[in-house]
Formats: sequence, structure tokens, C-alpha cells
Amino acid sequence: MSLVFAGACSHGPGITGRAEQADVSLRNELYANFDRLRRAIEQSNPDALVVIGAEHFANFFMDNMPAICMGMADSYTGPIEDEQWLGIDSAQIPGNEALSEQLIKSIMQDIDLAYAQEWKFDHGIMVPLHFLTPRYDLPVIPVNINCQGPPLIPLHRCYEFGRALRRACDERPERIAIIGTGGISHWPATPDSGQINEQWDRQFLDHFVNNRREQLVAYTDEQTYQDAGQGGFEIRTFVAIAGATEGSTGEIWFYAPIPIFAVGCTIATMSVE
Amino acid sequence: MSLYYVQKLLYQVNREPYIRKRFDTDFDQLIGDYDLSIDEITALREGDIGLLYIMGVNGQILMHFAAHCGLEWSTYLATLRQALVEHGPVRAGLYATVWD
Repeated sequence: MSLVFAGACSHGPGITGRAEQADVSLRNELYANFDRLRRAIEQSNPDALVVIGAEHFANFFMDNMPAICMGMADSYTGPIEDEQWLGIDSAQIPGNEALSEQLIKSIMQDIDLAYAQEWKFDHGIMVPLHFLTPRYDLPVIPVNINCQGPPLIPLHRCYEFGRALRRACDERPERIAIIGTGGISHWPATPDSGQINEQWDRQFLDHFVNNRREQLVAYTDEQTYQDAGQGGFEIRTFVAIAGATEGSTGEIWFYAPIPIFAVGCTIATMSVE
Repeated sequence: MSLYYVQKLLYQVNREPYIRKRFDTDFDQLIGDYDLSIDEITALREGDIGLLYIMGVNGQILMHFAAHCGLEWSTYLATLRQALVEHGPVRAGLYATVWD
């Protein structure tokens, strides 16, 4: 048994960069649940944290856009954004190249994925790490799923990636935690930023924590775009976590639309039993 | 219209400090490396965030360039909204997607 923890959280840059503009009680409750998630990860005593994020054109462009890419380096840097804009200082984040390589080789038995030995973290990974490993003392293995530049990997393949990741983790003696991080409905960095479809979010999260594969992979990009905006494509990160915890269910610890953060902020865990 | 190269330039400006420096200090030489129209060059040179959005630049790229141009978040969003009024709908890219 090597997968020791699985969870999901939001990563909107406003969570840290525009913190002072948010409703104070909601922000504090979100932060408290990020901290609860940090403690739960620490209590699982992991040797590494796999962070499944959404590509935002920080590391990859349409000249060579991987559907899924996993980092394979002993260290990473971030944030790529201006420190003041994001509210997070630049840092070097430890990785684990050897463990990455073993996971990648195993996952490749089932899923074609790219790897990268150079990676600059953007808000999609730095915001979660800011709360979950604030001392940057836990090796991180980043994963990005292309959620911005169609054509995008189908949801059922994201679920299969999660299953392959779980199998790969369970082959290892190291204790591995995984976090999926993405928005649900949101229209980030557009004139509609701040719009959130709470009903859509709650239905998706209900499917997620009950690990209803059939419903999770049935979302079409066309319908998601209409109902949940282009940011809704990031449900791929949640679907991957569902695949990694197939047969298990989870809990939503926090959900609240926070418009200045441009997303329905979410903290959730999934059982790894 | 060469949206691909507009976005590629801004992606590199956002990501690479040496490209960002060239954008700020050696713009005319830098843009020679990209296949851009006159309108695109003008929008880039003037930091016309609103028009770049209408041209189809993805917000995940544009918001960081806007920060580099000194636009505060609420000003950035207001600029995009005003651009829709002035120029009409987004012309290309993800936000102009028409699904089959």
C-alpha cells in the first residue's frame, strides 16, 4: 500500500493574490480548510506529494502541447508569475527524479504521457503548495493536464490516467500522497471572471465524492463550456483523482463561491482504502 | 491573422525573463522572430490588452502580460469588458469557439 492520501483543492491565483479583497469570514474558512488538508497530508506521513494541476500556458505551448505531462526532476522553481501579483515568494521546491522516473515508467504501461525535467510552477501548483507544504520540505511530483488548448484529452482517459497512477503508486515502497487541483465552473481571466455556477459545481462535486465514474466521464466539453465556462475543463484534475481512488468515496470539507477568487473554492478528500 | 504567434510571443514574454527584457527594450528586433500582422504588432507595442483579448489571446496568457503592463486586476477586467463594447465579440481562439 503506497498511496496514502488523496484530495482535491482549488488553485485560483486570487486565493493568495487578492486575499484582502475577499469576504473575510469566507476567506478565513477556506484558509482553515487548506490548513486542515495540510495536517491530514502530514498525518499520512508521505515521502512525496503528486500534484495534478491544469496547464495554464506556463510550461507548454501549442507548438508541443502534451495531453498529460509529469515532472521528472530533483527540484523545481516557482512561481512563474510576479511574486507581488500572486502573493507568493519565489522558491525552489524539492522533487524526486528517481521516484518520478519509476512512476512514469509504470504509468506508461497503460497511458502515453510526456515527461519534463525542467518545470516552472505557476499558480496552479504554487497556490496549493503555499498552503499544503508551506516550508517546501516535501518532495513534489508535478503533473499537468492540458485544460486550456483544445483538443483536450477525453475525461475517460483522465480517469484511466488516475487508475494508472494509483497502480504505479501501489507498486512503490514510498508513501505517496496525491492532490488534484483545478477549478470547477469558472471563467478565469475573462470579462465573466467572478461568475460561478454553484448548482453545476455542487452536482459535479456530488459525482466526484461518490466516485460515479459514468457520470464523471459523461460531461462533454461543449456542455461544460456553456454551463461552466472554459475553466470547467479543469474538472479533468478531479476526474484523475477519482480514477486513482476508484471504488472509494470522499468528503467535501469546504465549498463556497468566492467571486474575487474567480472560482467556487473547494477542499475535498477521497478515501484511499 | 496570426493569433498563434501573438500568443506564442506573450507566452514567452510571460515565461522567460530575457524575452521580457527584449520586449521592453528591443521590441522591433524581437517581433521580427514572429509572423505578425501590422494590427497585431500595434496592439502588442501599445499594450492594448482589450484588443488583444478581442483578437483571441487566451486569458491565462493575457492576465500575466496585463500584470506586466501594470494593470491591476479590476482594471484588467474592466478593460476586457470595454473592449467588447468597442470592438465586438472575440474573433478567434477558445472564446470564439463554435461547437460542431
